[in-house]
Amino acid sequence: MHRVYIYERELTFMGFLTYLINGLSLGSVYALIALGYTMVYGIAKMLNFAHGDVIMIGAYLVFMCMSNSGMPAVVSIVISIVCCTALGMIIEKIAYKPLRKATNLAVLITAIGVSYFLQNMALMIFGSNPVSFTSVIKWEGISLAGGNLKITGNAIVTIVTCIVIMVVLMWFVKNTKPGQAMRAVSEDKDAAILMGINVNATISLTFAIGSGLAAVAGALLCSSYPSLTPYTGSMPGIKAFTAAVFGGIGSIPGALIGGLLLGVIEIFAKAYISSQLADAIVFTVLIIVLLVKPTGILGKQIKEKV
Amino acid sequence: MKKKALSLVLSAAMMTSLFVGCGNGSAGSSESVDTSGELTWRIGGIGPITGGAAQYGQGVMNAIQLAVDEVNEAGGINGYQISFNFQDDEADQQKSVNAYNTLKDWGMQILEGTVTSGAGQAVAAETYADRMFMLTPSASSPDVINGHDNVYQVCFSDPNQGAVSADYIADNKLATKVGVIYDSSDPYSSGVYQTFATEAKAKGLDIVASEAFTADSKTDFTTQLQKCKDAGADLLFLPFYYTEGSIVLTQANQMGYKPTMFGVDGFDGLLTVENFDAKLAEGVYLLTPFAADSQDEATKKFVSAYEEKFGGTPNQFAADAYDGIYILKEALEAANLTPEASNEEICDALIAGLQKVNYNGLTGEGMTWNEKGEVSKAPKAVVIKDGAYASVD
Amino acid sequence: MKILEKLKKSTQKIIGPVADTVSKYAKKVITPVVNLYKKLNKPTKKLIRTETVILALFAVVSVMESSGNLTSLMKGLLVPVCAYSLVAVGLNLCVGYLGELSLGHAGFMCVGAFTSALFSRTFQDVIPDVPRFIIALVLGTAVAALFGFLIAIPVLRLSGDYLAIVTLAFGEIIKNVINVLYVGKDSKGLHFSMKDQMSLNMDLDGMMLINGPQGITGTPRQSTFLIAVLLLMLALIVTHNFVHSRTGRAVMAIRDNQIAAETVGLPVTKYKLVAFTLSAAIAGVGGVLYAHNINSLTATTNNFGYNMSIMILVYVVLGGIGNFSGSVIAAVVLTMLPELLRGLSTYRMLIYSIVLIGLMLFNWAPGILKWREAHGLNATAIIGRFKKKEVQ
Repeated sequence: MHRVYIYERELTFMGFLTYLINGLSLGSVYALIALGYTMVYGIAKMLNFAHGDVIMIGAYLVFMCMSNSGMPAVVSIVISIVCCTALGMIIEKIAYKPLRKATNLAVLITAIGVSYFLQNMALMIFGSNPVSFTSVIKWEGISLAGGNLKITGNAIVTIVTCIVIMVVLMWFVKNTKPGQAMRAVSEDKDAAILMGINVNATISLTFAIGSGLAAVAGALLCSSYPSLTPYTGSMPGIKAFTAAVFGGIGSIPGALIGGLLLGVIEIFAKAYISSQLADAIVFTVLIIVLLVKPTGILGKQIKEKV
Repeated sequence: MKKKALSLVLSAAMMTSLFVGCGNGSAGSSESVDTSGELTWRIGGIGPITGGAAQYGQGVMNAIQLAVDEVNEAGGINGYQISFNFQDDEADQQKSVNAYNTLKDWGMQILEGTVTSGAGQAVAAETYADRMFMLTPSASSPDVINGHDNVYQVCFSDPNQGAVSADYIADNKLATKVGVIYDSSDPYSSGVYQTFATEAKAKGLDIVASEAFTADSKTDFTTQLQKCKDAGADLLFLPFYYTEGSIVLTQANQMGYKPTMFGVDGFDGLLTVENFDAKLAEGVYLLTPFAADSQDEATKKFVSAYEEKFGGTPNQFAADAYDGIYILKEALEAANLTPEASNEEICDALIAGLQKVNYNGLTGEGMTWNEKGEVSKAPKAVVIKDGAYASVD
Repeated sequence: MKILEKLKKSTQKIIGPVADTVSKYAKKVITPVVNLYKKLNKPTKKLIRTETVILALFAVVSVMESSGNLTSLMKGLLVPVCAYSLVAVGLNLCVGYLGELSLGHAGFMCVGAFTSALFSRTFQDVIPDVPRFIIALVLGTAVAALFGFLIAIPVLRLSGDYLAIVTLAFGEIIKNVINVLYVGKDSKGLHFSMKDQMSLNMDLDGMMLINGPQGITGTPRQSTFLIAVLLLMLALIVTHNFVHSRTGRAVMAIRDNQIAAETVGLPVTKYKLVAFTLSAAIAGVGGVLYAHNINSLTATTNNFGYNMSIMILVYVVLGGIGNFSGSVIAAVVLTMLPELLRGLSTYRMLIYSIVLIGLMLFNWAPGILKWREAHGLNATAIIGRFKKKEVQ
């Protein structure tokens, strides 16, 4: 009796670990996408609702290169990054830049327009049938505790990539000239202009980085959840936006923490409470967190001056 | 000032849209025959050709077009050509009703739609009130036909599938511990699940885990799979579409979880997913009335014509839709009607006529219909072997 | 000739006094009305103009409908267009006057729709049509308002995009919960479950009221264009009165400078709550109309989820923030647009998105606004040109 009991407890613990790792893996993808939202928000003060769809385009590009043209995974991702960066800059130039001095809401709506445009464009080009995405990661993963705990290669690579990108980005923003320009623009646009910073170029650079990351996020998203349609990007986009706000929008480490937490909460809610109500539970936790910390976990509390 | 400019521009746009709307209400999206003056059968279709369910609607649209072209080439129905008009509904009820009204303005006499069940319920209420005959290729919910004497289904209905699946699993002793994963936000999926669960209980099957997912989180199934695995399920019943099906199979494989997988008719199309590793589908059971790689003449002809014209392999939705046109043709010919008849006359004649039809098509032999609008064909289980459907009996 | 002249004179004798009295009375009636109108302040004049236009459009459409000149598509769109307009008016109150971005208004619409449809369905055979619809309308509005109130208490402690995301979260929670609700009715009474249909344990003769994701089927179809237009006009009057009331002015003061408003001693929270609740209630009315116009009601991302919330926000921004009649116009145009683009088949939504981006740039981009001014393409210039012509 006693031994059986211990064995069951061990199994439950293994289950818990599996859920945790799945949650972290899902959360890393959210975090990577959230990064794009957070950087653009921090600098241009706009919610780029089209970000999720850039991810979808990025994933399609990797798919075309890898599965249709037989290129190696790394080359495919690099091509996708280049194309997405260009796409992000073009979108910014045509749709967002003319509205820079208009109200934030106007840009928000334009972003929604761009999102519809990208989805329907993809529908025209790639068709409505789903494609099965071949994982860019060939590694099977590791098996621990006598096979009771299996960590997939996708999960490990996703989590590691996410953390590496986050660290590089934080270093970039802190220690390089363009990075400092970004911080300056984010803090005070007018003062930055006075200091001789090219605001337009800085914003363009932000979009470029965000969209380039979107390509990576797309490849990783579809490696773990391997079905690709023109609408693949929209739901992770909304979830990642939630994650960005969760962690404190505008903050790079906030995006990481927000993304990981969201992923873990989602998986735990499904596993231990109710798989039907998982979305409602995730959003309830979000609301509670925001009520306790009204600017997200790592968001800066800006005191309004009289 | 800015606001004024805005409202002026918008009002101008509105006025033009109103006028355009009045004058141009009959513009069709895929009209095959220009019908000015000439008397034709006007058959309409409704389904999603944009939005998340677009792949199902586009298959139906293409297949109907194919059948209509064939029938027209062979001389039409009772000597009259068919003109066909398909409208997008994005799988949304309100948009589906809009699509239906657009088709009514075009002069539709018979509706072959809708593709999805939710939209079908809304449109069925409209066609019932208007006395317009409606034959749905793939809206399988019983709510679509219940209380509507004018609505008939080409596909078999949800309860039918749930019960047949449970019976099959129990009778063939495929498993005793069953796990279910279903889409709780989809009428089709939860409808099949409910009848499956009821029948499984009656047959003594033990449902050890029933896990849901929703339209908002249908890419990650690792948790649901893990729970089924922990509960010791040795068979997974998966009543949803092949898009999600391909993910479930991949993720189960990554986890090293290998139960028997049992899908329903939504799984048909799994093997046609571009780039999908067919090895993962090995040993998957599913219910289907149609197999694209079947060797009979009619199927081969349909599949090759479809591939040539539209690219891609047709799925079961397309096959049902293709059959739909020929079923209508048979019933109209038996009733000896011409397009001069009013919609109501056509509707009444088809209601009576369809119950007498005995049709051999791509999706079944000897299909007949009862007065409720259900088709007689029984869902048949097949298993995937060497990348192809194999009969299990 | 003489006879003719005689006839003329006699008719003049008869008609003359009549015409005089008529014109006298007409003057007596019209002049005060005109004077009254002239005395009104600008916003009230605008409200009256909007209401008149709506009435005129209603009259035109009704005449077209009765003479059979209205297409089925247009007939089918009349009520939904009014429903969306109502929700847009509600959201505009929140965005334009409260100054808070809500991404969850479709949630309030959803609450209004499901509450009223559930009521109508439950009491379909018990209460006669007219009182039942009135109760359903009041109930739907009240419950939506209640939800608005309850949600506003925590939400209004936040601001900006954090507030937006919390409203989005509430909208999604509402949709998610409705999708797992199972309510049935049989001889033993009401049954309720949040798992599935089987756990209701109903008799065989039982009737499902809410069947999870399949929602509510068979709601009586009672929304008519007349009711919809009356409700829309009522909502415009209510919002107009609210905005120009003491409370409304306080709400705007808070929007413009909360700290200053607090310093003056305004009960900020109370005023915000009132505005948000009213905004939710109006969205609920839209939901009631929507639900009673369609046989099958389900809650999906596209009709009651964030997609719809965003769509309504598009109406508000495109119609002009704070401009209620603009919201109505934008809702009408943007609902009609995809329907009228049906001829383009699969290109439809692509063109729609391009038009949307184009319209936003045309109406909001500072550079384009300047260009329009320079080339006389803004409203004042256009109206000015017409006025000159009239004078000449």
